[in-house]
Amino acid sequence: MKYHLTHLKELEAESIFIFREVAAQFERPVLMFSGGKDSILMTHLARKAFFPAKVPFPLLHVDTGHNFPEAIEYRDRLVTDLGVKLMVGSVQDAIDSGMVVEETGVNASRNGLQIATLLEALEVHKFDAAMGGARRDEEKARAKERFFSHRDEFGQWDPKNQRPELWNIFNGNKNMGEHFRVFPISNWTELDVWQYMLIEGIELPSLYFAHQRECFVRDGVILAKNEFVEMKPTEKAEMMTVRFRTMGDMTCTGATLSEADTLEKIVQEVATTRITERGGRSDDKRSETAMEDRKKKGYF
Amino acid sequence: MKKGITLDEYKKMDLLRFTTAGSVDDGKSTLIGRLLYDSKSIFEDQYDAIKETSERRGEEGVNFALLTDGLKAEREQGITIDVAYRYFSTPKRKFIIADTPGHIQYTRNMVTGASTANLALILIDARHGIVEQTKRHSFIASLLQIPHIVICINKMDLVDYSEEVYEKIKEDFSAFASKLDVNDIHFVPISALKGDNVVDESQNMPWFKGSTLMYLLENVHIGSDHNLIDCRFPVQFVIRPYQDEYHDYRGYAGRVGGGAFKKGDEVMLLPSGFTTKIAKIDTFEGEVETAFPPMSVTMLLEDNFDLSRGDMIVRENNVPKNSQDLEVMLCWFNDRPLRVKGKYVIKHTTQDAMCIIKEIRYKMDINTLHRNEEDTTVGMNDIARVVIRTTKPLFYDSYRRNRITGSIILVDEGTNETMGAGMII
Repeated sequence: MKYHLTHLKELEAESIFIFREVAAQFERPVLMFSGGKDSILMTHLARKAFFPAKVPFPLLHVDTGHNFPEAIEYRDRLVTDLGVKLMVGSVQDAIDSGMVVEETGVNASRNGLQIATLLEALEVHKFDAAMGGARRDEEKARAKERFFSHRDEFGQWDPKNQRPELWNIFNGNKNMGEHFRVFPISNWTELDVWQYMLIEGIELPSLYFAHQRECFVRDGVILAKNEFVEMKPTEKAEMMTVRFRTMGDMTCTGATLSEADTLEKIVQEVATTRITERGGRSDDKRSETAMEDRKKKGYF
Repeated sequence: MKKGITLDEYKKMDLLRFTTAGSVDDGKSTLIGRLLYDSKSIFEDQYDAIKETSERRGEEGVNFALLTDGLKAEREQGITIDVAYRYFSTPKRKFIIADTPGHIQYTRNMVTGASTANLALILIDARHGIVEQTKRHSFIASLLQIPHIVICINKMDLVDYSEEVYEKIKEDFSAFASKLDVNDIHFVPISALKGDNVVDESQNMPWFKGSTLMYLLENVHIGSDHNLIDCRFPVQFVIRPYQDEYHDYRGYAGRVGGGAFKKGDEVMLLPSGFTTKIAKIDTFEGEVETAFPPMSVTMLLEDNFDLSRGDMIVRENNVPKNSQDLEVMLCWFNDRPLRVKGKYVIKHTTQDAMCIIKEIRYKMDINTLHRNEEDTTVGMNDIARVVIRTTKPLFYDSYRRNRITGSIILVDEGTNETMGAGMII
């Protein structure tokens, strides 16, 4: 076992390699930061990749305006800590300017509207590589993603015509106007992420830990009662002990009933759970290929 | 309930990457489904979703292929288009499966999946024995130098769990494999459908004294899969903090490509040929004494030389080959055929150069292993031995010796597509 890495150290080394490759191959990379645990892991790994220098790219947050306040607080603290620049692309601005039209009705979500805002932010700032915290174990369309995923000038993904990716050689060559999505933590699973958080002692937003919250149930998904969701007359909010396994919009991120209020307990819970983490995401439930459809248009 | 993995176990787990290849009917999806299901890696909502889809389509039983065939076109046509990655873990190991389709663009996908694999899992239908596809898979596993091969002789339930059938196939395969460059081959008679010898020992084949598939996957020794002899450190990125605290810091970041580097080691820098010592091997957690593959570290040198991306740190008494002329086994991935005298971008470790295809020596028929020197048109999914001349010298090892310093890809100058991948001979 002398010259041997644990699987977490090997995953870490792979992700660090990808971050450095992005910094070397692209002129204007950006890290897409949502405030979720995967993007928190990304910032942690990026910091390791360039230590003792600062992370050589800014963070981009596509703000739907429907965030959990805890996520925003955490984001601002992290940005100060890292000493990097934060850029915010606002879905509210896109709605106000008439670039996109807001969905209406009880199931309205701004999830899909993030695409236009993201693509606009990439274009305005001329970012040529947008790094995201997507993992292949999350969703079946993501299981086919490359580390370096080429996007045409419309930001579209062509899953049937992806560049083969071999060994450690990543082809980031592109023409003007095209960009790449890069996924440094492709090979991590949800359990890997949590185990790593525990071993590394990474601080996380309080939403991930069990807490008391006023919630209601819709189509089997537990949603937090909040100002952005219109409740149906038949829906009734009550206090529940919950935590969140993923972090998205307040309108579509489902909570799970949980007593796990420490990282140790979360790791234990994730190791024994039988439902995928995106099982609580109503944005994925719109159709069987909801994720692929959004990804083709430029969703991350 | 999933077997709880304790934190202590988790801190000792390692990572095995394996590739599977197969066609629609040899039971590959069933086998993967079984590995995931029996290791409790399929979640209830995933299982319910594919069960529902299978029922809606009027299929008998649950079609596990739907787990990996995630793209709309794949689900519509019932085919696998691209390499899919699946994950599962046991208390001993985390596994990454590169699941590659057997028919459509098989070479391109199998080669891609094989490039990072420690182990190849090859399925043979016990009723049919060795077929063309078996040879194809085995040849690619050998060409890509996958260190371990496991031959699963599947559907044993359909041949009455016959020892003779198993022995015959094993013998046939061993005869065929003697023509290949593979060292570590294991055979397991299984029934993916019934579960014999997959995770649990089969009650139906008491004559088989070997290990179950899961036992092999969990225990195959992967510690020496990396080259730990020839020290190779391709410089990936230069770290200059430009902060007062780290005023003179000049770190060479990269991933160790071979050997074990130690603090204080005499090293040689390529291409300059200057020699110096390793002052420090740095990481975020602090200094480490030794760096070995596949670690990502930052090297600090005692003397200040101008080293940049694409350069390589090696040991003076063990230098890589250095040449502009390469003999390469090339796999071609594009509709547009390989052009003799054509110019391509060549990517090797962390450096780029231009290259010209000087000559196509022969094309390989991967079904018969016949070398065709007459017809040398190299199209999509063909494999050929070619001679390449690069615009600047590359520091390389033969692929057999080191998969990291012995591999290249070719990129089209105009479209930037990855056209082919090669193993340096």
